[in-house]
Amino acid sequence: MNKIILCKYGEIALKGLNKKNFEILLEKNVKRRLKKYDCKYSRAQSTLYIEPTNPDEVDEIVERVSKVFGIAKIAKAAAFDKDFDTLCHDAIEYLSDELEDVRSFKVQAKRADKQYPLKSPEIACELGGRILEKFPHLTVDVKNPQLVVNVEIREKHAFVHGGKIDGAGGIPVGSSGNSMLLLSGGIDSPVAGVMMAKRGVVISAIHFEAPPYTSERARLKVEKLASLMTEYCGDIKFFCVPFTKLQELLRDNCPEELFTIIMRRLMLEIAQRICKKEGICSLITGESIGQVASQTMYACVCTDAVCNIPVFRPVIGMDKSEIVEISRKINTFETSIEPYEDCCTVFTPKHPKTKPILEEVEKAQAGFDFEPFIEEAVEQTQIKIIRRKD
Amino acid sequence: MIYLDNSATTKPCKQAVEGFLKACEDFGNPSSLHKLGLNAEQLVENARENIANSLGCKSEEIYFTSCATESSNTAIFGTAQKLGKRKKRFVTTTIEHPATARAMDLLEEKGFEVVRIAPYEKGEISYRDILDAVDENTAMVSMMLVNNETGYILPVQKTFEKIKKRFPDVLTHCDAVQGYMKMPVNVNRLCCDFLSVSGHKIHAFKGVGALYIKKGLHIPPFIVGGGQENGQRSGTESVPLIYSMGLAVQYLNNSINQRFEYINGLKSALVEKLSNLDFVHINSGVGEDFLPYVVSFAVEKIKSEVLLHYLESKEIYVSSGSACSKGKKSGVLSEFKIPDKLADSTIRISFCSENIIEDVEKLVQEIINANNTLAKLK
Repeated sequence: MNKIILCKYGEIALKGLNKKNFEILLEKNVKRRLKKYDCKYSRAQSTLYIEPTNPDEVDEIVERVSKVFGIAKIAKAAAFDKDFDTLCHDAIEYLSDELEDVRSFKVQAKRADKQYPLKSPEIACELGGRILEKFPHLTVDVKNPQLVVNVEIREKHAFVHGGKIDGAGGIPVGSSGNSMLLLSGGIDSPVAGVMMAKRGVVISAIHFEAPPYTSERARLKVEKLASLMTEYCGDIKFFCVPFTKLQELLRDNCPEELFTIIMRRLMLEIAQRICKKEGICSLITGESIGQVASQTMYACVCTDAVCNIPVFRPVIGMDKSEIVEISRKINTFETSIEPYEDCCTVFTPKHPKTKPILEEVEKAQAGFDFEPFIEEAVEQTQIKIIRRKD
Repeated sequence: MIYLDNSATTKPCKQAVEGFLKACEDFGNPSSLHKLGLNAEQLVENARENIANSLGCKSEEIYFTSCATESSNTAIFGTAQKLGKRKKRFVTTTIEHPATARAMDLLEEKGFEVVRIAPYEKGEISYRDILDAVDENTAMVSMMLVNNETGYILPVQKTFEKIKKRFPDVLTHCDAVQGYMKMPVNVNRLCCDFLSVSGHKIHAFKGVGALYIKKGLHIPPFIVGGGQENGQRSGTESVPLIYSMGLAVQYLNNSINQRFEYINGLKSALVEKLSNLDFVHINSGVGEDFLPYVVSFAVEKIKSEVLLHYLESKEIYVSSGSACSKGKKSGVLSEFKIPDKLADSTIRISFCSENIIEDVEKLVQEIINANNTLAKLK
């Protein structure tokens, strides 16, 4: 018997002629994630099979694979010979611990190999009968069993497992282009980034720092968030923009109630220039409509006006509580709520304009020539690669 | 680099560093019966004597701990455990360090009655208020010697003296961390039954503290195990940290008054220069109620964290509020009746005898520069 991990594709299975490309990419991503383990890989029938040389590593591998986008369900299975008598005998022995611990069960069979002599219901019936013989304390409960014994008859082997767990879903990172995430250090932006990675996007991140108004600890916090995101997104190219000068100029030269909106316009402008230099084709922000004064529809109109590449806002329609739920799931929440000043909070006006008018904002911004300072900020941006820990 | 955050921690002195290395050579376990063990034990006893000597007590009254927080916790929780069945009241102040304040909160949650005395307008704690709060039912009075955020010296001696006369059975604990080695501290004069001190605030290392427990008093240990420290604090002694703390004390103990005068000069110079700046509000008082080592002041309309990082960029290290709480809002400043607006702009500088007058001048100059360049709060 060999222990094997079955990774069932999500929507890749539904792809048409380019399904193969997705499959290859997924396998590549999984292999990269598991490079420190010695495993054999194979693909068949919308499933990626991972067979670790050391069976003790199965749980660690499943933990890692559960964060790879493109996999809908994961099962820890054992591979058996397809001969039915042998199969029944081995399967019962394999699951005997679990069977002893429960009172009710059912067998669920699936026959991908249509040449197999028994049909699925017959397999379930017969194996169920033999289990009952061996474990008379059990009863069959088809509606609410404590344990589901899954049998899958596939091309070469029969697989037996005690149930599937959820994978990360989505499609493989790298299948949908690349994008630059504006990473502030709050709760929302890491969630936005991971949501886009789930749709196959390769994520880079940009952060604006304004020492002495923001501290080194605040930047380290953001880098830690990016590092946590790599569990899902893979390595992240991280851009840190010196923003102090622009913020001070902004404060001295623009009306207070428009600070935040013009600041965001400057940030997006810098971000898109760096995107252009780096060959990145879109931006991502963690904005949620109406959450704060600078995230109103009117504000979005004003910020988007500076952009000539798409700005994606995957959490735009979500409540804070929903965003928090995801951030807990992807393990960024605890870091996000560490109490250091970030760029956005130091220069907050008392009464920001919630309904800014584009012409008015443009006019206010035009009162001062920010251009040389924008270019300087782009020039002085520091770049580092935040790698996934292995 | 100009280091003005000595109330947060201090640079280990040469004596401490050398002592640490020596203790690494004599690396035996003090409990071992062989020669190496004996050598290590003697290093620990040497430190115990140095500290006892500095506090005016017997060496068997000194117990080593991992930090002053552990010392205070041991004294407070030990007293609660010992006397809690009969005596339910604890008296303390509203300006204590969290090591005491949080311990008291916990006792309150467990059903003890905790009375917290607040300071008056100018920040002073009245011994009468504390005395009035003590009754037959009181287990302990706990007061800090010097407030860590403002340098205010609490009237510990007078208060404990009076309490001991009126209620001899009430136990007294003094958190002397910010005063130790900066002003004379004598357990008999202070009339305390317990006194907590820390290693890293007196140019020794982090990870070591001591607790004075008056002879004849027995409280249950906070940590049990192999019975080290006379059963009061189990766990193999950290010989290098303990030994170097003892050496630091030995080194500093003779120069307390001399350093006090020197630092007083620095403080006077700083206060004088700051008083000339109309945008600076000095929170710490002058005069003998305030230890010169700490000066707390607010630079109006500049957030303390921003000023701190600005000064950091000039290689001047100061603190906003108290460094233990990592930027958390200071409850103590509001107890000193400092308005929220100023509290948000408050920074604390704390001297050691290595600071020189040029440090003060540079600091003031950079505060002027900061005021000219940094964006202001509205």
